[in-house]
Amino acid sequence: MKMEKVILGAVTTEKSSVQGGTPVFYCEGKKEMESIAANLEAILDGIAHRLTDELYIIVKH
Amino acid sequence: MNEYIPAIIYGVLFGTALRLFMLRIDYRQYPTYLHGRIIHLSLGFIAASLGTLAIPSVMEEQYTAVTFLTIAASQFREVRNMERNTLNEMDAFELVPRGNTYIEGIAIAFESRNYLVIASSLLVTSFYVFIGWYAAVIVSIICIIGAQVLMSGSSLGKITEIERAELTFKGAGLYVDSIYIMNIGLPERQKEILEYGMGFIVTPKSFSVRSTIANLGQRQAILHDLSVTLGVFRDSGTPALVPLIKRDLNDGRIGVFILPQEKNLDTALSVLAKVPVLEHAVQKPHFKKEASS
Repeated sequence: MKMEKVILGAVTTEKSSVQGGTPVFYCEGKKEMESIAANLEAILDGIAHRLTDELYIIVKH
Repeated sequence: MNEYIPAIIYGVLFGTALRLFMLRIDYRQYPTYLHGRIIHLSLGFIAASLGTLAIPSVMEEQYTAVTFLTIAASQFREVRNMERNTLNEMDAFELVPRGNTYIEGIAIAFESRNYLVIASSLLVTSFYVFIGWYAAVIVSIICIIGAQVLMSGSSLGKITEIERAELTFKGAGLYVDSIYIMNIGLPERQKEILEYGMGFIVTPKSFSVRSTIANLGQRQAILHDLSVTLGVFRDSGTPALVPLIKRDLNDGRIGVFILPQEKNLDTALSVLAKVPVLEHAVQKPHFKKEASS
């Protein structure tokens, strides 16, 4: 199955900023958030987009 | 020996030679390799024979023989399908695909070149038979010039102004000049992009050109040609490093963002200028307006 424009996950340092069905990776600091986002980007073949300084989403294009 | 034999030999040889002449070995185009060339040369030979034999058969009052030209038409439509299928299959494995519009353009070129060969052989042979070999030689030269004119379409450099533009980040947004390309979140990726990336602004010279370069197939063709010549800084599974073209909605300019392996400005500019304008992407809104009024 080919998926397009799907949010595969969210990486955040602010728990309250994401809710709903997306897998959320909660991180303690900015460094951790960036490294998890980078890893997820590589694993999921998606792009890590930054919505705010506290929130990344991994999107499959 | 039949009186038509010299004319037939001349026609077939000329047609095959013309096909060879039109089969430019271009680093951007298929076929680049020997086997592709052999297929097209053989088909060119068949096309030349068909065109050549039409005149002698009419002279011999074998009128029905001309119907074999219809076989030729279906035969060469098959060439187009063959090219389309092969290129489509290969396209899935390209890091930067050609895109369907480009493939269709190439496939059409292959089909139409065979028809050009048929027509030229027919003309040359008829001049040989009715007037003489000297007339056939003159017509051959005219045919070669005609083929060259018909073969060379327009290129991007002729219809647009191309210039280098800076890549900048505003927050997570990547911009080429003032055109937004995409959101790159990770600072690490941003660094890579600023280090390896190149940006260009392509400005249309006229109103009609706007819709031509806005065509998604044309844009993909630009990216493909650039990537093939300059290489790409990416691997499968790194969508953040995909070259992209986005459009400025206000004035129709397009912003080209690429990540070449070799960051050579002069080569990049000359490749951009030589990108063919695809037949299917050309639109002339001005003509349409005049025709409808």
